[in-house]
Amino acid sequence: MTDVLATRMIEIECMRFNPATDSQPRTQVYQVPFDDDMSVLQGLQYIKDYIDGSLTFRWSCRMAICGSCGMMVNGIPELSCHTFLRNYFPHRVKVEPLDHFPVVRDLVIDQADFLNKLDIVKPYLIPAVDLPLTAGAHRQSPAQMDEYYQYAQCINCLLCYAACPQYGLDPEFTGPAALALLHRYNADSRDVGFDARAEVINAEAGVWACTLVGHCSEVCPKGVDPAHAINQNKVNSLLDYVGLRKLLMPAGEKS
Amino acid sequence: MSRFKPVAGAYVRPTGGWWRKNPYFVRYMFREGTAVFLTIYAVILLLGLNRLAQGEAAYNAWRAALATPWALAFHAVALVAVVYHSITWLRVMPKTAPRLPVDPALITKGGLAASGGASVLIIAVLWWVAR
Repeated sequence: MTDVLATRMIEIECMRFNPATDSQPRTQVYQVPFDDDMSVLQGLQYIKDYIDGSLTFRWSCRMAICGSCGMMVNGIPELSCHTFLRNYFPHRVKVEPLDHFPVVRDLVIDQADFLNKLDIVKPYLIPAVDLPLTAGAHRQSPAQMDEYYQYAQCINCLLCYAACPQYGLDPEFTGPAALALLHRYNADSRDVGFDARAEVINAEAGVWACTLVGHCSEVCPKGVDPAHAINQNKVNSLLDYVGLRKLLMPAGEKS
Repeated sequence: MSRFKPVAGAYVRPTGGWWRKNPYFVRYMFREGTAVFLTIYAVILLLGLNRLAQGEAAYNAWRAALATPWALAFHAVALVAVVYHSITWLRVMPKTAPRLPVDPALITKGGLAASGGASVLIIAVLWWVAR
């Protein structure tokens, strides 16, 4: 039986890029001691604390809820706090910044493009009538909540963008998380913002840029299914285009 | 107006060979690639219809062309490709459907049963007509 408390050595290969000195990325390999309960993130923290303080990466909560520590681990987008070194031993672990995003430094990506896309999907409730606080809570049945709850679990970790080759080839594509969040609000019974968001859905860079590769839904650490959100909105987009959406889905009905 | 500005000097990685980096993408490309065989098969069938409209001699020439080893080999490969395409297509079908109150796997299984059943029915009818 394996001694789970034994400290073993694993090789972590990191992509390094310093914009001040490098014209293109390079790789650096570190020997890291690890226990069975050590995540890839903890491996990187060991490197930063004891081997090379210049290694740069993002992290915060260490428990798969802040969405900061996403990176490519052996070519697959993962939350590094949620991925364990023991699963790669005795092989080398290759860590790179999330695919498809510009690299600011080492494992840190530039999120500006996604943040701008998050803005355009209007990720907030657009109610039919602005009620005063004194009107009380807007009541919703469990069935109505169930329509959007899954999509509300998105933590903006961007793993789905790194898993989307269409986004890699065409950064204009609104992308999985932003479109899933768009659907999260469109599917909410308290929201009447479909028309306000229709331009984003219907655009060439909207749902129609998705070719249903489907990897986005596989890598999501929170069980969101962006591929489903996007592809059911192709139906909504078509119905909207031919003028049938309002006929088939009267006010109050949500797809 | 975009609120967030891109970081100056950030390195943009090349995307060449993207589909070879991940087995998932290789399978995706294969899935999409099999549609080429489906398209060629459909074009051959349409050509047959065109030949039929041109008369008996043209139609028989088309049939003779289909009996060549190359045509038979293509159709054998196309059959495998189309079966794979159908299975993978039905597997992603629940993603394209609106949210339904049934298990998504049931949509896939229903589709597979329907296409399998239709294929058996067509083969049975053809056998009955040709016997």
